[in-house]
Amino acid sequence: MNTATTFASSKQRTSRLLGLSPDTVMSWYDDMLLVRRFEEKCAQLYGMGRIMGFCHLYNGQEAVSTGAIKGAITREDYVITAYRDHGQAISKGVDPRKILAELLGKYTGTTKGKGGSMHIFDRETNFLGGHAIVGGHIPLAAGVAFAIKYREEKKVCLCFMGDGATNIGAFHEGLNLAGLWKLPVIYIIENNKYGMGTAVGRASAVEELHKKALAYNMYSEVVDGMDVLDVYKKVKAVADRAKETYEPALLEIETYRFRGHSMSDPIHGHYRSKEEVERLRKSDPIIMFGETLKEEGVATDQDFEEAEKRIKKIVDECVEFTENSPEPPLEELWKDVYMERSGA
Amino acid sequence: MAIVSLREAINQAIDEEMARDERVFLMGEEVANYQGAYKVSQGLLQKWGPKRILDTPIAEAGFAGLGVGAAMVGLRPIVEFMTWNFSLVAYDQIVNNAAKMLSMSGGHFHVPIVFRGPGGAAHGLAATHSQALESIYAHIPGLKVVMPSTCKDAKGLLKTSIRDDNPIVFIESEVMYGDKGEIPDGEYTIPLGVGEVKKPGSDVTLVSWSKILAHVVWKAVDTLQEEMNISIEVIDPRTIKPMDYDLIVGSVKKTNRLVIVEEGWPFAGVGAQISHEISSRAFDYLDAPVERVTQEDVPLPYAHELELHSLPSIDKIRAAVKKVLYRD
Repeated sequence: MNTATTFASSKQRTSRLLGLSPDTVMSWYDDMLLVRRFEEKCAQLYGMGRIMGFCHLYNGQEAVSTGAIKGAITREDYVITAYRDHGQAISKGVDPRKILAELLGKYTGTTKGKGGSMHIFDRETNFLGGHAIVGGHIPLAAGVAFAIKYREEKKVCLCFMGDGATNIGAFHEGLNLAGLWKLPVIYIIENNKYGMGTAVGRASAVEELHKKALAYNMYSEVVDGMDVLDVYKKVKAVADRAKETYEPALLEIETYRFRGHSMSDPIHGHYRSKEEVERLRKSDPIIMFGETLKEEGVATDQDFEEAEKRIKKIVDECVEFTENSPEPPLEELWKDVYMERSGA
Repeated sequence: MAIVSLREAINQAIDEEMARDERVFLMGEEVANYQGAYKVSQGLLQKWGPKRILDTPIAEAGFAGLGVGAAMVGLRPIVEFMTWNFSLVAYDQIVNNAAKMLSMSGGHFHVPIVFRGPGGAAHGLAATHSQALESIYAHIPGLKVVMPSTCKDAKGLLKTSIRDDNPIVFIESEVMYGDKGEIPDGEYTIPLGVGEVKKPGSDVTLVSWSKILAHVVWKAVDTLQEEMNISIEVIDPRTIKPMDYDLIVGSVKKTNRLVIVEEGWPFAGVGAQISHEISSRAFDYLDAPVERVTQEDVPLPYAHELELHSLPSIDKIRAAVKKVLYRD
């Protein structure tokens, strides 16, 4: 059996809300829904030729960013990620209007139109990017955690990566340093089964990616990435521990990419079957979380309809904000290449 | 004035900046327990302890990237490469993360970090361990490249580099660490991007830097003066990027002739860039085509005679100077 492409149903996984308040869990539902609807809007705008370059959507993986970021950590904690970054930025609290404006290359975007889809940054919310060289940000996360420990702060850095990143040197060098020096970083593999079109088993000698933590004396665990509560619970446990003891961890979160690798790619194509995509889309993390909320008596269908309206309004505001935003002025081309302050 | 070795000058710069700013720390291979592969960090572990002087595994991409991440959130790392040759496995971290962070993050995050260590050829280390890589770093927007040729400059420029808010590529020379020179007493810094006329002259402007200037150029300059009464103005830019073009242009307007001597390869080398700038800004002042002396365009061989034949030599520099004076 190929465990990599099988999920248990939600009812078997969780029937309790971990003692969380209804407001909290409903805010998570909103967050997941916002990510989904935001990405759908991106797909639409990409199709219209309004978004350029590469654009990697997060559909299907929403439980990961919501559970790990909105749920398990605080605004003071750091998040750094790869190029599939819209969802994580939204969950961290980055203004979605600025994210969409960035995607359309507007001056009001998160990085004034300098970075685009793959490079969302926001100092205010400690969102450290948005990095597009696979695995290149993994040592950076160790450095952020190094600074936390150096200053004896009680913070943690979450570092997200795809399954494909676990085969590149920077992954191994970064994890070795984090394990060796005991740095408060939680490495999170979002195993969505494919690095672009290459299945995990065709790229990694070890298919159970969490086992790679063994080489770095690092705690690891497998997480159900379609279950926001499981993500929250397991990320929170290791993040809280890291803040106290500086112990790093590696989590392998099993998830699935409902769309193609990027907007330029087909949803299935040669590397995965239409049937597989259809089957796994039944494990939709938003629908399953909604079912759990209903079963636990927290929400009704009417609440979900209202949530849709709330989210649609936010996405509409993102579009309006973006459409009304200026292009970057040409003089911006020469700005932010060097910091002005020189040492002498 | 005190007389110190280059390694002592660099050590003093690090030590003083660590005392000045607790965000500064040093990491690299063998910098702590071993006291530095070339003893540059001698005594620093004993003084500052393992929190701020850190031995790293042999993992340049890992620790260079770790430095970038730490700098993004407010620390000021000094990352030692045992040699700049090894920086090539960290090139992605330096080019894609350190150099571009400020721009790509729209100004949200900057990277105050110094990458430093010896570059260029020593003796008999062959192709992978003998590279002068300043041009490939100077090519990248967002980086500054600093290459001192004296003890005084090394200390002053390194202190400035550590205080600079940008990523700095600071290239020293293994064969210069024992060189002695005067340094001023007490606190001083030297600004980046400001070259220095190391010797005034009237016949030819010669631009060179780092070890080739310190160990090769001066001998050629002295013999040309003594034997042929040729007066050479020697300019050390000290910073490769930003390059002090104004200083060179001003000198060429006086001497009307330019020779550039660098250890790197000729194609797209630093001298090619200077040469272009001069042809653009001082074309009418030139009485001869600009001459360049570089390493031959080959991987540096091990065998002694082949190695010497490949690198810039006194004879090659003499020939270039005579050529721009039409005295060859």
